[in-house]
Amino acid sequence: MAETFSVRRYLRDLELPFCQGCGIFTVMNTFLRAIHELGHKDLSKIVFCSGIGCSSWISSPYFKADSIHTPHGRSLPVATGIKLLRPELNVVVFGGDGDIAGIGLSHFIHAARRNLDVLVIMVNNMVYGMTGGQVAPTTPFDTKTTTTPYGSFEHPLDAARLAVTAGACYVARWTTAYPNELRESVKKAIKMQGFRFIEVVSQCPTAFGRRIGLKSAKEMMKWFKENTISMEQAEKQNEEYWTEKIVVGEFIQRQRSTLVENVYKVIKKAQKIEED
Amino acid sequence: MDTIKKDTYFWQGNEACAEGAMIAGCRFFAGYPITPASEIAEHMAKRLPQVGGIAIQMEDEMASVGAVIGASWAGVKAMTATSGPGFSLMQEFIGYAFMTETPCVIVDVQRAGPSTGQATKCGQGDVMQSRWGTHGDYSAIVLSPNSVQEMFTLTVRAFNLAESYRTPVILLADEITAHMREQVTVPRIKSTKIINRRKPKTGERAFFGLEEIPPMPVVGEGFNVAVTGSTHDEYGIRSTADPIVHRHLIGRLNNKIQNNVNKIADFESYNVDDCKVGVVSYGCTSRAIYETVEKAEENGIKIGYVRLKTLWPFPERIIKRLAETAETIIVPEMNLKQMLYEVERAADGLARTVPLNKIGGGELITPEELLATVEEMERNG
Repeated sequence: MAETFSVRRYLRDLELPFCQGCGIFTVMNTFLRAIHELGHKDLSKIVFCSGIGCSSWISSPYFKADSIHTPHGRSLPVATGIKLLRPELNVVVFGGDGDIAGIGLSHFIHAARRNLDVLVIMVNNMVYGMTGGQVAPTTPFDTKTTTTPYGSFEHPLDAARLAVTAGACYVARWTTAYPNELRESVKKAIKMQGFRFIEVVSQCPTAFGRRIGLKSAKEMMKWFKENTISMEQAEKQNEEYWTEKIVVGEFIQRQRSTLVENVYKVIKKAQKIEED
Repeated sequence: MDTIKKDTYFWQGNEACAEGAMIAGCRFFAGYPITPASEIAEHMAKRLPQVGGIAIQMEDEMASVGAVIGASWAGVKAMTATSGPGFSLMQEFIGYAFMTETPCVIVDVQRAGPSTGQATKCGQGDVMQSRWGTHGDYSAIVLSPNSVQEMFTLTVRAFNLAESYRTPVILLADEITAHMREQVTVPRIKSTKIINRRKPKTGERAFFGLEEIPPMPVVGEGFNVAVTGSTHDEYGIRSTADPIVHRHLIGRLNNKIQNNVNKIADFESYNVDDCKVGVVSYGCTSRAIYETVEKAEENGIKIGYVRLKTLWPFPERIIKRLAETAETIIVPEMNLKQMLYEVERAADGLARTVPLNKIGGGELITPEELLATVEEMERNG
């Protein structure tokens, strides 16, 4: 009989710091369930990197694993160094929308371009939650936040479509209302090579929901569900749908030569030229 | 192909730095192009794959140090190289490397700043930034080469210090030492002292405390190491509100360097116990000292000098010794008095400190200019 799943197996014995109703609990649980279903009894073959923000605390230090908690937005450069020198290890990056798509956006694009062999899980709560609810590059247009008291006047970024354009091998977006689909995506992506990106639209009732009239996790998830459409549906609609709705599904799955493959080929080439 | 063989070579400073790094065991380089440091990246890109290492050009200087830090936690000695503008961008990660006790080497080939300044011209304006550039209370180890030979030997030493003290080390070079060509003697690799970081034993868990310099694990080897730039306890667990944990951590991180100043701080000195005029100099500026001493002595002037090979931690003791005999201490610098006040502080009122500064256009302070100041001090006291 298969062993029953318990998150505790993978967690350090520490109290979790997240607010009541936070979507991070779903992401954490779903990720670890995927790991369990893949047959990993521990996290010893995975190195976690994360930046600054609530979702960067998912792995650091709560996962009983090697976890590197970097400066804000800089998880991917650190992950690059680790993966290039320890290619046998699986490198997983957790971060929020501010961390990955705000301050760290350049690293994100370049990591996808290089096809760095890492899985990035971006928890998108559409706001800077840890600092109290400021506008993010992912905040929907005309939304009130603490730094946009009259409504935000900037258009949000679609990090998933950007990852596709930049060269990622696997891109998917789900919301916390789709834990099963998210789990299957994690299982698929963690076994692949190259740059993989999963965005999870997640509720922050504390710093975001309550300011837009959605006071609880339940209300926020209801809002997600009512505003979610599938990739297939979105493709039939005009461009506005992509920003007005949460488009979920698998955006791409493809093979490209990866950074690790290419770097080690160059080492062989350099050594061969030297011998000749 | 292996690292460079014992021989004498005619190298550019940047090339000597790259070869020194490889001798020290560096097998990862990440950098971003910038004048006058680019030749280090170019040389590493050519040579590192030949010895089985990796060189990668990152999207910016922040990413470059980030990748270097990742490599270090993967158990590999790693380096980056830049100049002033890039060094400014790296400050974030330099603080992180200090806080997480990540050994790595950062080369800053100084040019004339601030900002873009004069990209191809020499300057020494990053002296204080190399000490205080990142935020918070920290201690830096900064080395200052004054020849192509020292671009080689001090790079090796930079790695050894980084590995010994588990901390980032800065090689504060300058455009002159990095771009000129000189003869370099490479010793037998077996006779070169190479230090490697101490690794933990199975079952050890305190990678961030208990000892002054704790052992450092490699990721993926089962130690479940939690690395964070936030204040953390001995086991790496974040502790962001406890004053005791913070005082303890920051105290230890600073003490491991400040308690070992006499082992770290290195200098060359001449006639410090019997001189009337003293000179304290470092980097390319110090190259004027030898001719100045010769000429001054011909003129019957009692002159002595201290040439700093380590800027930080500052070798106070030798400066005080110089101040005990010298009436005046001249501090020639290619900046606007960055090291002057540190010398003044160490001299502790025992000698008068006199600045000699020159900036712009990459113009060095010549032996004639230094000699003129020496003679003036001799005459007027």
